[in-house]
Amino acid sequence: MFKKLTLAAAALALSATTSLAATEITWWHAMGGELGKKLEEIATKFNESQSEYKVVPVYKGSYPETLTAAIAAFRANQQPAIVQVFEVGTGTMMAAKGAVYPVYKLMKDEGESFDPKSFLAPVVGYYSDTQGNILSLPFNSSTPILYYNKDVFKKAGLDPEVAPKTWKDVEDYSKKIVSSGAAKCGFTSAWITWVQTENLSALHDQPFGTLENGFGGLKTQFTFNGPVQVKHWANLKKWQDEGLFKYGGPVGGDNAATMFYAQECAMTMNSSAGRAGVINNAKTFTPGFAPLPYYDDVTKEPKNSIIGGATLWVLNGKDKATYKGVAKFFTYLSRPEVQADWHQYTGYLPITNAAYDLGKSQGYYDKNPGSDVGIKQIMRGTPSPNSKGVRFGNFTQVRTIVDEEFQALLAGKKDAKQALDSAVERGNKLLREFEAAN
Amino acid sequence: MDTKKTTFDSRLLPYLLLAPQLFITLVFFIWPAAQAVKSSFEREDPFGLSTTFVGLLHYQRLFEDPNYIDALIRTAVFAVSVTALSMVLGLAFAAAVDRLTRTGRVYTTLLVWPYAVAPVVAGVLWWFLFNSTTGLMPFLLQKAGIRWDHDLNGTQAMILIIIAAAWKQVSYNFLFFLAGLQSVPQSLMEAAAIDGSGPVKRFFTISLPLLSPTTFFLFIINVNYTMFDTFPIVDATTVGGPAQATTTLVYKVYQDGYLGLNLGSSSAQSVLLMMIVMVLTFVQFRYVERRVQY
Repeated sequence: MFKKLTLAAAALALSATTSLAATEITWWHAMGGELGKKLEEIATKFNESQSEYKVVPVYKGSYPETLTAAIAAFRANQQPAIVQVFEVGTGTMMAAKGAVYPVYKLMKDEGESFDPKSFLAPVVGYYSDTQGNILSLPFNSSTPILYYNKDVFKKAGLDPEVAPKTWKDVEDYSKKIVSSGAAKCGFTSAWITWVQTENLSALHDQPFGTLENGFGGLKTQFTFNGPVQVKHWANLKKWQDEGLFKYGGPVGGDNAATMFYAQECAMTMNSSAGRAGVINNAKTFTPGFAPLPYYDDVTKEPKNSIIGGATLWVLNGKDKATYKGVAKFFTYLSRPEVQADWHQYTGYLPITNAAYDLGKSQGYYDKNPGSDVGIKQIMRGTPSPNSKGVRFGNFTQVRTIVDEEFQALLAGKKDAKQALDSAVERGNKLLREFEAAN
Repeated sequence: MDTKKTTFDSRLLPYLLLAPQLFITLVFFIWPAAQAVKSSFEREDPFGLSTTFVGLLHYQRLFEDPNYIDALIRTAVFAVSVTALSMVLGLAFAAAVDRLTRTGRVYTTLLVWPYAVAPVVAGVLWWFLFNSTTGLMPFLLQKAGIRWDHDLNGTQAMILIIIAAAWKQVSYNFLFFLAGLQSVPQSLMEAAAIDGSGPVKRFFTISLPLLSPTTFFLFIINVNYTMFDTFPIVDATTVGGPAQATTTLVYKVYQDGYLGLNLGSSSAQSVLLMMIVMVLTFVQFRYVERRVQY
């Protein structure tokens, strides 16, 4: 007992001396559970790789909580050096010019090599300004894909190796699945906003908003009440009434995964980062992975899907030594082996081409079928202004509005056109407020 | 009621004795409230880098916003329902326990338990019970022919948060009512019993009027509770949805200020909420109190 105590005291003393010598870099993040452990492992490995800097990750709760905490801390001059911000907060961060230290500038000032071309184009495009400068370091990006239950497909008399390609397929398959009694519902979806509205628009090359989906400036207006979006929402309502589609709930749609795991619904659409969860939970069935479906009467060649997830922003107001350490840490984070490890463990996309190539040469994608569905989907074709991504101010609230209007549609209070028109109108008000405040 | 007058030798002493409390009130209540009033007249970006004075713009916008007016009405419905439900149940339980001689303590302990549960935990409990995919209640209701889906049905969502909010508050009301009932003079009850009035009549003609100070106090506490403290319950069960069906005023303050980072409008909403509660409390003291017998 005494021996253990002395050991602990010695260890404590040792760690105290090392941390005294090293410059501390605080990193606020929103990765809970398994993801959080992996993130801390990355920080620990960086700390062990050198002795000058010590990255201290701090879990601050959900994405909105982390963002709000960082903003409040900035106002009180207590901000962390690095904060992880989700993609809908991008507009807010980009507008806060005085608060943010752009990553491209940081890397240049500190003399670290930083080549935008080494990153996957669709990922980096989302977080660059109009001149192509990277403002925040991509860290965890994902894109939605289709998950399906091969056993239910078999029971319904469908080929388990053939996933639905178009929405017509989704409808036909769902009808077979429900009428044969193989499952109670055909499909469900997480993230109605991100998957069934933003990505739907990108895939079919439909503008979500003016000025290149908001990339071109703050004067942007929403346009997601176009014919394709209206048709899709009307279909979802129709399929709900026919029992083919089941609503998974607002925001992330937590019930979607539950219904898919319980084999109540044969298909679901969710982030590619949900892959690990699907594999862990699909104990009694074999899951299949496929790209998102599209309408073949609108396009024969669907565009790339857009990303979600988060990036690391550097905040102003720290000393030179801290920024030196941040730059070193970012270089470490962008290393192929670090990136590939994070990507393969979590299901997030590989951020750099080198990490993707490393995974290929390791044979990871052959050993884990379906793990590259998301990557291929964001890399296909040439991105158009409509498929580069979306960038709007007050976007957290806009997503809430889209969720509310979708609920009104499913509850039968509005039709698809009315719901989307109203979402656009309410969203535009928030855009004007954001424009006025910035 | 007689007032006691204490005379201090030093004129400074009473102020000194009050100072700690005054200090706390100033720092934790008056100062933040003043800040809220100030920022309700301003438009500011989240990081506080640029601030412009906009006068009453935020207030004007709020009253033009049908969503805000809806939230106002919804909050009224919610407050009245929760207050009525939790007070009636609290009183009923108190009256029942008051009649027990031996097991009364056991029941009291059991009935007070929910109050020890943190609001957010209470919210999660009810969320589990009523979850439309995995919950027990929807499964049972289905057998009774009711389709429960509070993710889409706004009325059901409202019922859910009323039940969850009232459930927590029943304990509190129960405790106060029980104490009130136990302080009703036994002699009055006995006299009434000798005169031939039954337990029900005794309750309505003797206990209830004598409980009126307690009832009045609980009424104010409950309304304040539903206005401010029900936020965790809404957040944990319905997140204000579906389609804002459970977005109460306090939840809207959180949504616009915390999630939306629209600090000006959120501050204006807090100021309005504060004024509503002040007016309500004033009305209650001014008019309802007159009918209360102490």
